[in-house]
Amino acid sequence: MATHAATTHDVAEAPAFHLEEDHHPEGSTMLGFWIYLMSDCLIFAVLFATYAVLGRNYAAGPSPKDLFELPLVALNTSMLLFSSITYGFAMLEMQRERQGGTLGWLAVTGLFGLAFVGIELYEFAHLIHEGATPQRSGFLSAFFALVGTHGLHVTFGTIWLVVLMVQVRQRGLVIENQRRLMCLSMFWHFLDVVWIGVFTFVYLMGVLQ
Amino acid sequence: MFSNLDLQKLIFGRLTLEAIPYHEPILIVTFLGVVLGGVAVLGAITYFRFWGTLWRDWITSVDHKKIGIMYVILALVMLLRGFADALMMRAQQAMAFGANEGYLPPHHYDQIFTAHGVIMIFFFAMPLVTGLMNYVVPLQIGARDVAFPFLNNFSFWMTVSGALTVMASLFVGEFARTGWLAYPPLSGPAASPGVGVDYYIWALQIAGIGTLLSGINLIATIVKMRAPGMTMMKMPVFTWTALCTNVLIVAAFPILTAVLALLSLDRYVGTHFFSNDLGGNPMMYVNLIWIWGHPEVYILILPAFGIFSEVVSTYSGKRLFGYASMVYATVVITILSYLVWLHHFFTMGSGASVNSFFGITTMIISIPTGAKIFNWLFTMYRGRIRFEVPMLWTVGFMVTFVVGGMTGVLLAVPPADFVLHNSLFLVAHFHNVIIGGVVFGLLAGITYWFPKAFGYKLDPFWGKVSFWCWLTGFWFAFMPLYILGLMGVTRRLQHFDDPSLQIWFVIAAFGAFLILCGIVSFGIQLVVSYLKREELRDLTGDPWGGRTLEWSTSSPPPEYNFAFTPVIHDHDAWWDMKKRGYSRPLQGFRPIHMPKNTGTGFVLGVLSVAFSFAMIWYIWWLAALTFVAMFVVTIVHTFNYNRDFYIPADAVVRAEDARTAMLSGRA
Amino acid sequence: MRLRQLRALALVPLLGLLAGCNMVVMQPSGDIAVRQRDLVLASTGLMLLIILPVIALTLFFAWRYRASNTQATYDPDWHHSTQLEVVIWAAPLAIIIALGALTWISTHTLDPYRPLSRLDGSRPLPADVKPLTVEVVALDWKWLFFYPEQGIATVNELAAPVDVPITFKITSASIMNSFYIPALAGQIYAMAGMETKLHAVINKAGIYDGFSANYSGSGFSRMNFKFHGLDRAGFDAWVAKAKGEGRALSREAYLKLERPSEQEPVQHFASVEDGLYRAILNMCAVPGKMCMSEMMHIDAMGGAGKESQHNRERLEYDNRHAVAGHEGEAATVPASGRPAKGDVQPEGMKPDAQDPAAKGRGEAPDATPDHSGHRHGAPAPAQMNH
Repeated sequence: MATHAATTHDVAEAPAFHLEEDHHPEGSTMLGFWIYLMSDCLIFAVLFATYAVLGRNYAAGPSPKDLFELPLVALNTSMLLFSSITYGFAMLEMQRERQGGTLGWLAVTGLFGLAFVGIELYEFAHLIHEGATPQRSGFLSAFFALVGTHGLHVTFGTIWLVVLMVQVRQRGLVIENQRRLMCLSMFWHFLDVVWIGVFTFVYLMGVLQ
Repeated sequence: MFSNLDLQKLIFGRLTLEAIPYHEPILIVTFLGVVLGGVAVLGAITYFRFWGTLWRDWITSVDHKKIGIMYVILALVMLLRGFADALMMRAQQAMAFGANEGYLPPHHYDQIFTAHGVIMIFFFAMPLVTGLMNYVVPLQIGARDVAFPFLNNFSFWMTVSGALTVMASLFVGEFARTGWLAYPPLSGPAASPGVGVDYYIWALQIAGIGTLLSGINLIATIVKMRAPGMTMMKMPVFTWTALCTNVLIVAAFPILTAVLALLSLDRYVGTHFFSNDLGGNPMMYVNLIWIWGHPEVYILILPAFGIFSEVVSTYSGKRLFGYASMVYATVVITILSYLVWLHHFFTMGSGASVNSFFGITTMIISIPTGAKIFNWLFTMYRGRIRFEVPMLWTVGFMVTFVVGGMTGVLLAVPPADFVLHNSLFLVAHFHNVIIGGVVFGLLAGITYWFPKAFGYKLDPFWGKVSFWCWLTGFWFAFMPLYILGLMGVTRRLQHFDDPSLQIWFVIAAFGAFLILCGIVSFGIQLVVSYLKREELRDLTGDPWGGRTLEWSTSSPPPEYNFAFTPVIHDHDAWWDMKKRGYSRPLQGFRPIHMPKNTGTGFVLGVLSVAFSFAMIWYIWWLAALTFVAMFVVTIVHTFNYNRDFYIPADAVVRAEDARTAMLSGRA
Repeated sequence: MRLRQLRALALVPLLGLLAGCNMVVMQPSGDIAVRQRDLVLASTGLMLLIILPVIALTLFFAWRYRASNTQATYDPDWHHSTQLEVVIWAAPLAIIIALGALTWISTHTLDPYRPLSRLDGSRPLPADVKPLTVEVVALDWKWLFFYPEQGIATVNELAAPVDVPITFKITSASIMNSFYIPALAGQIYAMAGMETKLHAVINKAGIYDGFSANYSGSGFSRMNFKFHGLDRAGFDAWVAKAKGEGRALSREAYLKLERPSEQEPVQHFASVEDGLYRAILNMCAVPGKMCMSEMMHIDAMGGAGKESQHNRERLEYDNRHAVAGHEGEAATVPASGRPAKGDVQPEGMKPDAQDPAAKGRGEAPDATPDHSGHRHGAPAPAQMNH
């Protein structure tokens, strides 16, 4: 910082104090969205912490071992992981400026997302049917809050994805749409990372303990 | 077939006529006052044909300056409500001894102290801080607006919605009777079955969204939109503190959002996060809420520190002493504020090692804070101090705040906290730092930047009256509370048995009255200044001999802030420009790219008030409807790609020529 | 000059006022509170070392460098001095190092969980001393004290012999409160389902104020009691008096007592049903309820499986007043019949149809004694470990 200031000090006449041309600060959307994701990450951090504190308070009720079916969850996990890969393909298509390919891969991503939400809803319905409701114990409250919040995020992400598909169809891969697709891309991969945490801490460690 | 009752439940949820407190004379009078005042304001707007301007230039505005001003107005209005609560508490505690019950029964008194805390922190201090940051930061870094102008407007209306939700609790239903942090199990469904805690939850959730988004916005603005040449270590100190505050907001408010969401699940769905039974843990709430709550304190105080830095250096006519250590101190405070939360409940029985760890981390914060105080002190050293009103606030702050800091460190010693926790000593301590630090700082900031925002200075006489009333009022109101704390008097009591305490409460009530005089004087100051505006007019844009970029443009600044983007070479950019004979460019103006106004933020704000009201009263159809509506409005908004426009070059020329005329007319 | 004298005169009544008031935190009567007071004074003194010079310098600089004083040096570009910066960081650092050491030591020696090591400054603990145990329960809005060794219980009255260490075991039946007798020792929270501890000793006979120091709802302001410091004979007489009144604190009597009430008069109970305190601590005083200790044992063994729906009802606790048909008895609702506005019962809180008492097995509370201060067995939050 000092070198530039020092040289201008040495110049006898006043240096330029304003720009003659237009000033275009670099876009801040990516940074802003990234900060938002970090704040969202903190919400998940609180839910993880809550699960860590309450996760073994079964209230003389069912434990993860009694409830979780790993094959189903593994299937669900693969849905989300695949959707991340297909989103990646959509972004590659976008960079090649191929609207059709982008929309196609986005559609596949959306279907994977819907499959994920669907399987999760089935799992929840099954748990509730067995009496393992969120009201049953601290453990189940924390479980439903953490997994449900993630599921809600995927749901909103899917709606957002559909809206973006309509917008890309309407206006093509204009710069605004590219920016939006990149934001959704970060959001989608972020949810993937969070799910890996959920899968590990809640399901795997729950069944293995 | 529905019976009558079912139909009513379906339409109105649990809202009945019983919820209107027509048997509470205090509330009826207040309500009439609000109605009459509201009718008068609406009438005036109609009479002066102000509706169009109000909608076009203010409500839908994405201009950071207008949004900043609206935040400050919101804060000042809410100050009146919060302070009315304070006066009622002081009056109750000054009279309710022995056989005298006072005039507020517990269920009313308990709402008042809860509302006082919530309003003063969330709807007075927070909007005022956000408002000043919004107004000043883009100007200080040489930007034309914030990074996300629409988001800024939306954030503001969410904050207003939260405030409206709190205000609605006054006349429909009740507010929480739980204290401002609503610890469970007291705030749980069994102990607080009414709507009070739900009002609390939804008001904070909605306002919290606004605060979080405005935090993201300002971080992106400061990181990405600084004028060329302004490296991080050349940013004005207020901008630095604003950056740290917004980092704290982004890192703390999600925790509040999450913990309140869990509390509402307990209340609405019957989960067991914070219940005593079935594996819940109320102490987890206490931990989580303070992990947000302690950084919140620094969210408020850091910008105040920034304001004092600007003020002390401007009025001492001197560069700030120890800029680098000031910045490092701010950053250290930012980080440490996350490592101290447990000092709010040493008495939970956490064990000696945990308690002393958190006690010592708390004390460590006083080191950078102490360094800051010394930096201000040595900025005054060998200066030429002009005692304008903002400087008075600063000196008043330095003397008052160190006392509050000292009692704070005292409370951080766990065994000392065991005897002082939850006592009036504690109440005195945090008012000492919040009034002596935050409020003094914000009032200094308002006085300092008022001429920038409105083109004329505030009348100094009434400013001084206000300052002295506040300062003496503060000491009268809170020194007795320190003493009462040492007498073992605990907080939130509605009634006392020991008549020997009464004299101290009477003195404290007198102090509160003096503060009232300070607030009234501030109001008079606004009116008098408006009437004398020609006399107090600032033609130069630089009424105080300022040092930072906001003083380089006109007062009030044009919509576009700077006709040309400034280039920065040194600290105190404007001082540097003045020193090196900068001359303002008079030609070569170009069209300026600006964001367009939009009403979406306002619409979303209105919908969120309706949504929260519906959730509070269990009016499920309305909740679903407004929720879907918010979703649709948001999606429709994203289909609008036409969000900016150019101010034509000749409009810029006209504005700049007017300024040239103004400057020469004075010279 | 005259003004200054007048100001000094104005201080006289203030000092008189200060001298007249009873600053119990500054003049306590129990050794723990005395040491806490000493710590307050020592820390304040340490901090004044830096606070007073700062205040003095602020006022002096403000006066010395006022704009009208053109005699004073004006040096607008002076903004850095490495030596000075070292000093301004080092000075607070030095104070905090000293204070931090003081904090570390005193927090450990004055830990409320730590048994006493002395009676007061001059007297060590006698070798044969037998501490008095008192079990404290915060109810809505009164205090219930059990004396397990004496077999009695009291409401809103506490007594202890002078110079005998007291071990308080503290819990709450519902809302979090804070147990505080300023003359005796610092406070500690009373929380439902958890047990905190406090060790203290009273050195002077007398009647002292005790109260809840944590807001707990409508009756909080009157949740006070008197603490009697008595000599040995006085204490024995007090116990005998309680025994003489002859009432028994049965489980039914407790459940009646537990319901929210304000301004409860002093009550003495000559006998207490076995294990009542443990049942309250374990949230199973209502017949038929499962005790926390049993639940934690089941949880530690990996839960009770899917077919355990019946356990849920046996563990419900927070809604017991509503279930028993006392819907209005919420902690934020006044117990004294004063009107509260807007307290409509939410749907989920309607009383269930079944009567839990009729269904329960009426079992005795689990008798695994565990005085560890937190919920037994289960992972308690870190700050609850000691």
